[in-house]
Amino acid sequence: MKAQDFIQIFLFFVLLIGLTPLLGNFMYKIFTGEKHILKPVFGWLEKLTYKFSGIDPNEETNWKSYTFSLLIFNLVGFVFVFLIQLFQAQLPLNPANLSNVSWRSAFNTAVSFMTNTNWQGYSGETTLSYFVQMIGLTVQNFVSAATGIAVLLALIRGLARRTTDKLGNFWTDLTRSTLYILLPLSILFALVLVGQGVVQNFKTYDTVQTLQGSTEVIPMGPAASQIAIKQLGTNGGGFFNANSAHPFENPTPLSNFLEMLALLLIPAALTFTFGRMVGSIRQGWTIFKAMLILLVIGLTISLCAEYSTNPIFGNLHLMEGKETRLGITNSVLWATATSAASNGSVNAMHDSLSPLTGMVAMINLMLGEIIFGGVGAGLYGMVIFIILTVFIAGLMVGRTPEYLGKKIQKFEVQMAIMAVLAPNIVILLFAAWASVSAPGLSGLNNAGPHGLSEILYAYASAAGNNGSAFAGLNANTIFYNLTIGVGMLIGRFGIILPVMAIAGSMAEKKITPSSAGTFHTDNWLFIGLLIAVILIVGGLTHFPALSLGPIVEHLLMNKGITF
Amino acid sequence: MKTLYISLKIFLFFTVLTGIIYPLLITGIAQLTFPAKANGSLIVKNNKIIGSELIGQRFETNIYFTSRPSAISNNPLPSGGSNLSLTNSKLKHSVDSLRGEFILFNHLDTHAEIPSEMLFASASGLDPHISPEAAYLQVERISKARNLNESQKMSLKNYVSSSVNYPQFGLFGESCVNVLLLNLELDQHYIQILHLN
Repeated sequence: MKAQDFIQIFLFFVLLIGLTPLLGNFMYKIFTGEKHILKPVFGWLEKLTYKFSGIDPNEETNWKSYTFSLLIFNLVGFVFVFLIQLFQAQLPLNPANLSNVSWRSAFNTAVSFMTNTNWQGYSGETTLSYFVQMIGLTVQNFVSAATGIAVLLALIRGLARRTTDKLGNFWTDLTRSTLYILLPLSILFALVLVGQGVVQNFKTYDTVQTLQGSTEVIPMGPAASQIAIKQLGTNGGGFFNANSAHPFENPTPLSNFLEMLALLLIPAALTFTFGRMVGSIRQGWTIFKAMLILLVIGLTISLCAEYSTNPIFGNLHLMEGKETRLGITNSVLWATATSAASNGSVNAMHDSLSPLTGMVAMINLMLGEIIFGGVGAGLYGMVIFIILTVFIAGLMVGRTPEYLGKKIQKFEVQMAIMAVLAPNIVILLFAAWASVSAPGLSGLNNAGPHGLSEILYAYASAAGNNGSAFAGLNANTIFYNLTIGVGMLIGRFGIILPVMAIAGSMAEKKITPSSAGTFHTDNWLFIGLLIAVILIVGGLTHFPALSLGPIVEHLLMNKGITF
Repeated sequence: MKTLYISLKIFLFFTVLTGIIYPLLITGIAQLTFPAKANGSLIVKNNKIIGSELIGQRFETNIYFTSRPSAISNNPLPSGGSNLSLTNSKLKHSVDSLRGEFILFNHLDTHAEIPSEMLFASASGLDPHISPEAAYLQVERISKARNLNESQKMSLKNYVSSSVNYPQFGLFGESCVNVLLLNLELDQHYIQILHLN
């Protein structure tokens, strides 16, 4: 690594840390109804949304009807995206004359974009029309991220309020997240991306005569607008198959740096928003620090792995599946960030990363996407682990566990365990099924332990709603379309439902004032405990499988063994 | 029922706003402010589009700089990499044979160090760049094929070094050169010799 590599990484983290309180504070103002600079600009649009949809913005609901609204809204989005894919050939804006998508692929894609996963069993440029990409997928990029924020807001209110059953209004949370955060940031970011060379047009694909006389078809489309929200909303679904490795999606090192920053920005800033909304900025920074430490540990391991030599390729730089303009450091930083953030966009092919780098990405998925994680989703997932940590600490010292003055009781712990188990069951059961069944094995691109890694990664990505892949796996088969589709649903709603139940039960509790006996959740001791609990839960669940995949592959590679 | 009704209406509202107005707004502004970039950074020669500055092309003849290996033969439909793992014997074989071909093609010493991006396939399959080192290694062979004299060879070398994209702001990314632009320059300023040949 060169000095310049370290400077890039340093700058990345400095900007991330610096922007967290700025954006976090701005979001606090939006969600608490304070005055903010965008109110005069988009306020009329917010009012129009309520008027058009018949929403009373001041009406607050309990957790059950909040969740019910969320589920129905997501269902509507799913049905719409599913249907327009089935009939895209009959719909407008299809200059490449792409045919209708099969029902199983359409199901997978509709689930994928509704759940903020953006797993892609298809290749964008050869499967989906501009109509589907724009009116179907871009919309889901926005509203699935806004849904994540809404769940987080309900949970925060549950923690911050006392003896009430009101958790807010799903529709206003959804609307404000979209209008004041996601949309303005996306507009700005999309224009910056176009300035760097990302395409944004509605032209037909250009067929050109290349310099040496052959023909080449250059795909086009309204890419920048989708890529901006794909990064900011931790969605990750590429406009083109190669995602952000494609020169039209990520043309320059600057676009790369900004896309990387964008994918962590909102999840990081939400920790600050959380702190302010629960009345203790320190609590927010505590969570931020725990996330940052886990991210930096992963990044360090990945960089060491990717820059080390091995007997198979000697001292060659491992450039397979990486782009020249981006190089190794940027590819590894992106791989770590995108897997931590539940984004899932890639700028290098994860399948070709060295075994341990691939494993770190996989662990980020398996820990439950809580290292910053998805927009909203990462933080509510982290709160689940905080509840477990407080509970375990309470058991150790023999005191009733509390978090932010709220007693953690049987119900909360049961729900937290459900939320931890749901994605892990998906990963272990489906991966086990795929690795012993013919339809599962037929999708493999690599033999040996790496084949198991491909399967494990796919279900970890589905369950964590990440969407990145060891893309050699041919997942566009009926087996993978359906199992991954179901996995994404469980990974999303198997966490949202218990989180909402916790929010509802917390809201009804009293807040006990902190006393000398209170176990503090805003110091380094707590950060250490939290990280330990996360790693122990993740480790106990996944170490056996990882040891058969990436770990054994790493050992074999260092003996020079290939398959 | 009321919830479903609200869902449908707000979904319609957001579809129009984020699915139609937002992309159209971006397209409009992009087409006004950065028309060339928004339309794919296309390169036009003699009124014909010959490619995009950002999309790598395949070059197989000895009068051009060669691009990086591509798992999709530089066909952008669809883009992608090989997705071979490091322990896949196909990758090992491919690296070995690409090294042999590069050495043979460029008349290099058998122990020459070849920049690794010329031995490994890119992520997109469309990588438009190679490292400056990889370009310098090809100058000799191109000069021979184009029958360039010493001073022209020197000027070609200088041209390569002057067209290096250094890290943006001295910070971001890696040094690289754009293969298609280099080859265009070859056809522009080093072509006469080719006709004499």
